[in-house]
Amino acid sequence: MGTLAIQRLQLPFWPSAALAVAAWLVAWFAAWPVSQWLAFDLLGFQPGSSLGEATAFFLYDVPKVLLLLTGIVTLVSWLRSYVPPQRVRAALAGRGEVAGTVAAASFGVVTPFCSCSAVPLFIGFLQAGIPIGVTLAFLISSPLVNEVALVLLWGLFGPQVAILYMAAGLSVAIVGGLVLGRLPLERFLEPWVLEARQTAPVTAPVEHRPTTEQRLRDAWSSTRSLVRKVWPWVVIGIGVGAFIHGYVPTEFIVQVGGAGNPLAVPLVVALAVPLYAGVAGVIPIVEALLDKGLPLGTVLAFMMATVAISLPEFVILRRVARPPLLAIFLGVVVAGILAVGFLFNALGM
Amino acid sequence: MVKIEVLGSGCANCQKLEQNAREAVTLAGVDAEVVKVTDYGEIAARGVLSTPGLAIDGDVKSTGRIPTPGDIAEWLSSAG
Repeated sequence: MGTLAIQRLQLPFWPSAALAVAAWLVAWFAAWPVSQWLAFDLLGFQPGSSLGEATAFFLYDVPKVLLLLTGIVTLVSWLRSYVPPQRVRAALAGRGEVAGTVAAASFGVVTPFCSCSAVPLFIGFLQAGIPIGVTLAFLISSPLVNEVALVLLWGLFGPQVAILYMAAGLSVAIVGGLVLGRLPLERFLEPWVLEARQTAPVTAPVEHRPTTEQRLRDAWSSTRSLVRKVWPWVVIGIGVGAFIHGYVPTEFIVQVGGAGNPLAVPLVVALAVPLYAGVAGVIPIVEALLDKGLPLGTVLAFMMATVAISLPEFVILRRVARPPLLAIFLGVVVAGILAVGFLFNALGM
Repeated sequence: MVKIEVLGSGCANCQKLEQNAREAVTLAGVDAEVVKVTDYGEIAARGVLSTPGLAIDGDVKSTGRIPTPGDIAEWLSSAG
């Protein structure tokens, strides 16, 4: 039996965690007064001036968004660690198609999911006898109802918009999954996948469940790498948002992006695709646009397209599925997003 | 010799796990080799649905997360 040669030095966990929470709360409540003081007292801008308001907005939004990200993504990541894909697979196996699709879409919302896991997950689900449509419903809702997006929406717009976003995302996943389930997609699976499907799945090994402290450390560490990747986008996004806030006239936004312009929704969906990594930066821009009158349908379509259409994930899925299946999958997702956009705009929400 | 397998396709998380595994080998002071499993079929066959996964002597210890070198070293100590 080996023995630990060196004890690694780690900060005492629970005291550090408590301190971090306290620091977060202080920063959260100080953001508004400090930003106002910085913009109007220290820097001397005139309240009500375009530049002054834009600067104050920027100085308030940057810490606010970053705090939201760190706080809530950590919390959500921790909670999600309790719903790993193995459990989802066990829960979905053997269900009827419709119930399975709804369940898969719902699980997709709460399951942590990394694009690099797409292939083993896809195969693993198929091996358990889960139909392609149900599996795809999960693959649609998982990235679509993205926790970063939900957190930011809730924080910036309140619960109604966040819930609407989630409901819209679930609908796209469920309807998409049901439609895809009707289509003869088997023939577009790579041959080796069909072979692998013949083997029964491994009875899940006795899982070494992480402790609460490990889960929290994991959540914090993945939040840190997320924020590290994403904070430049956030700053840029807020800068653009501040600019729109201060300088872009409402009439322009309503005209170009509004319900009266049928090209608005397809346009934002097209714009959104390359912005996949930048969802955190996109939302502050969206906040400013919404404030200026961009209708909710266009906003929802834009946000959903940003997170749902991940080109890296499609590249990875090419290992299991031939281009026709990928194209059909993409088509159904895009159609769903467009439908959501048009519907919300038409309803005047 | 203890066999440590890192199951994953080679993205940043898998690389981090491999790094942690190698550090753990030093920490625990055991005789072990670190092997990468990148074939998707094999990964799924082992019951790993979310990468990266870690197995010690064939026993899958974790999936979907990156255990610290300390965690892995503890498993190594009890595996010997």
